[in-house]
Amino acid sequence: MIWQLDFLLCVLVLICAIAAINIKDLLSAVIILGAFSFFMCLLWAEMGAVDVAFTEAAVATSVSTILFVGAIIKTTRRSKD
Amino acid sequence: MLTKIYENLIVQTVCRIMVPFIQVYALYVIAHGHYSPGGGFQGGVILTASLALLFLAYGQGAVISRMGRRITIVLCGLGVFIYAGIGLLCLLLGGNFLDYAQLAPILGVSIPRARSLGILGVEIGVGLTVMSAMYSIILDIAGSPPAE
Repeated sequence: MIWQLDFLLCVLVLICAIAAINIKDLLSAVIILGAFSFFMCLLWAEMGAVDVAFTEAAVATSVSTILFVGAIIKTTRRSKD
Repeated sequence: MLTKIYENLIVQTVCRIMVPFIQVYALYVIAHGHYSPGGGFQGGVILTASLALLFLAYGQGAVISRMGRRITIVLCGLGVFIYAGIGLLCLLLGGNFLDYAQLAPILGVSIPRARSLGILGVEIGVGLTVMSAMYSIILDIAGSPPAE
């Protein structure tokens, strides 16, 4: 547990979360959400929960990104609000 | 829908080379699930990721010809059957549900070894179910509807 590394990863997670909510282009939002999941994975691995980090890396950064991209291809890429 | 294929030699070659290594790694994760981080769920998801990579590079026809929708359903049921079958076998032999120590007389090994083998069997069942269920979800969301 290195608190500086924890703090850095926490700041990156917050930046990615706020950017993914605020951005208008939905494809970019999906990619930023993948980066968010990756930083969460690093944070969990750093805090000692390796199994959770493994699940996050396997599910959130690959499969859910593919599902979101598939959903965007079937709908529209621009956000309406 | 991802039915239109953009032919790209580099992407297709890299995917063709990467997919066997990803699948071997997934089998490693499943087989070592009771010693190290990982397990049936993570291994199944990595197997799905390899199929999804093939799907993205070569289009829907390539993956459907390798693993059709019917065998997906069969594998999904088979995984649940393995999981519940091991649990109910332990129940029939006089223990609790998933009490692997009761499997020791059948397998002919010591009780700790029987627990290890029982967990391995359960992980294989979970991996099969997770792989086929996630694969069918990806096919239904990203692919074109099946031709009835």
